[in-house]
Amino acid sequence: MLDNIQILVQAPVITLDLVLNGLLIGAIFALAAYGMALVWGVMNIINITQGEFVILGGYVAVVMGMYGLPPLLGVPVAAILLFVLGWALYHTVIFRIVDRDLFTSVLATFGISIVLQQLMNTVFGGDVQIADAGLGTVLLMDGLVALAEIKLLAFALAAVLGATLVVFLKRSRLGQAIRATAQNARAARVLGIDTDRVYAATYGLNAAICGACGALVAMAYTIHPYLGLPYTIRSFMIVVVAGLGNLAGVIIAGLGLGAAENVAGFVLGTQFQLAFVFLLLVVVLVWRNWRLARRREYLK
Amino acid sequence: MRAPYAKFAGYLAILLVGLAAPLLFSAYQSQMAELWLFIVFALTWDLVGGQMGYNSFGNVVFLGIGMYACAAVQVGLFYEVSTYNNARGGGATVFTFDLGQYLEGLAIGLPVGAVLAAIAAAILGGLVLGMRGHYFAICTLGLGIAAGQIANGWEWIGAGSGMVPPTPPAALGDLSRFYYFLAMALAIATFLVLRWLYTTRFRLAINAIRDNEDKAESMGLKTTRIKVMAWVIAAFFLGIAGGLLGNLKRFIDPIDTAFAGATFGVWMVLMAILGGKGTLWGPVIGAAVFQVVKETTWTYLLGWQRVALGLLIVVIVVFFPQGIMGYFRERFPARFGHRVEEAARPDRAEETTG
Repeated sequence: MLDNIQILVQAPVITLDLVLNGLLIGAIFALAAYGMALVWGVMNIINITQGEFVILGGYVAVVMGMYGLPPLLGVPVAAILLFVLGWALYHTVIFRIVDRDLFTSVLATFGISIVLQQLMNTVFGGDVQIADAGLGTVLLMDGLVALAEIKLLAFALAAVLGATLVVFLKRSRLGQAIRATAQNARAARVLGIDTDRVYAATYGLNAAICGACGALVAMAYTIHPYLGLPYTIRSFMIVVVAGLGNLAGVIIAGLGLGAAENVAGFVLGTQFQLAFVFLLLVVVLVWRNWRLARRREYLK
Repeated sequence: MRAPYAKFAGYLAILLVGLAAPLLFSAYQSQMAELWLFIVFALTWDLVGGQMGYNSFGNVVFLGIGMYACAAVQVGLFYEVSTYNNARGGGATVFTFDLGQYLEGLAIGLPVGAVLAAIAAAILGGLVLGMRGHYFAICTLGLGIAAGQIANGWEWIGAGSGMVPPTPPAALGDLSRFYYFLAMALAIATFLVLRWLYTTRFRLAINAIRDNEDKAESMGLKTTRIKVMAWVIAAFFLGIAGGLLGNLKRFIDPIDTAFAGATFGVWMVLMAILGGKGTLWGPVIGAAVFQVVKETTWTYLLGWQRVALGLLIVVIVVFFPQGIMGYFRERFPARFGHRVEEAARPDRAEETTG
């Protein structure tokens, strides 16, 4: 471990490589976290299924690649398919738990995530898979910093998607209805907004965002049926650090998490990278709790 | 109210059935031993999740600590743990344990596992039990998985290839039967301790925390201290259960047995909710129903077991959150000594606090 830190100090180029690659995946984390914040803010549900939506989106791209279609087309296709899935899930399960206590929603979405995880495992098998988009690698600084083109493209697409989403929520009728429901669901109902439809659309929209993220993940990184939960935890962590409704915070926290995770994976060894993510979650929550306790407040 | 004799006869009947079961159905001994351990899981989860309202997904941490600590002590008393783990059954040295050594290891290993789990609960509890509601739930979820990942990378305890508890000597006789009686004793001890605990002021305190923590605190309860105490008690019994489970399974996988969030971790929540959280008998009934259903249907669901488990969670949580005991309490309130108005029902209060 100390050797690895020494390497980083002696060769800052490697650090640069790790940080840049981390920032690139961080954009995807931020996008998924934005979706989680949306559901959390509007419906007051913490969606544990988040990561499974991401992986499912990835499998859409993988399957399209298998049939000879360009995996890049998987981004919109995954978004559409996942929107339908999210919408259907809302109308079967989620609408029953919107007004219930938080534990019910955490546990119910946890149950859904187990179902999806195991279905993916049964249908697609337990192997690590990728969708090859057939792009090359950009080399910087005499080849010491290697950035895969697909990662750059994924970063750009994530940024574009995020921007589109923000504009959509600000400008469109549905976006305004979603924001109104988030502010005060009862008042929104009084003013004639069908909050049930808004909830369904929000949940579907979140699933669609995750699906698009997943397609990008499948092309730029790898997917596996059981890798969903880390994405849920990352999203949760980013939202907790940034706070609800803080877009700049989500972006910064997402990019920061991506970079930190990549560097930690190098320093501690990749077998501890997931442990790092989960421990970081605990540390973030404990730290925040401690800070609030000093002000005699607590997280609700 | 029933006569006290009826209650006594009921307990006696359970005890007799428990003692006779392994002799009558010796083919199912290990499943029944597992059932007693599941009862411990559900009871200890319910102490914190049901009675105190702190829904933990991370109680497997204590199970895993107990399991590894017990196995490490059992081996470590007589051999070097790392060489034992590196040998993996092969290698130059043959690791044998005679009856005395085996029992001595177990007698020291189980309490050490329990105490270590309790210490871990005290330390972690001080850190995370200040959080409320879903922050606590997700934080414990993270803890459970982080612990599994760390064990998965830790060479001393065998890392990802797991650890095998000592091979029992032939003089021990039937291994499953031996652990069946230990598990039964543990479950009964846990039940009696919790039953006693629920007659004290401690139960009132943890129920007050569940119903309204701010009010409980303003009434002068040291809430954090009480919460940590409850978690420590749960962890202590889970630690022993872990030691027994590891020896019963005869193989400790860091992610699938010890820190098994996806199986035992979820099951304990499910069993407590199925039986009825916040009741003494609920977790016991939930564990029994769950284990019987699991063992009778699992083989027919080959490959689809976990899908069924997920669906079961969703269905129970969404449609049957009050559990079996809660259902009967609603149907026959008089049998439970309730004469309260509907509006003042304790389970209503539970729903309004998060």
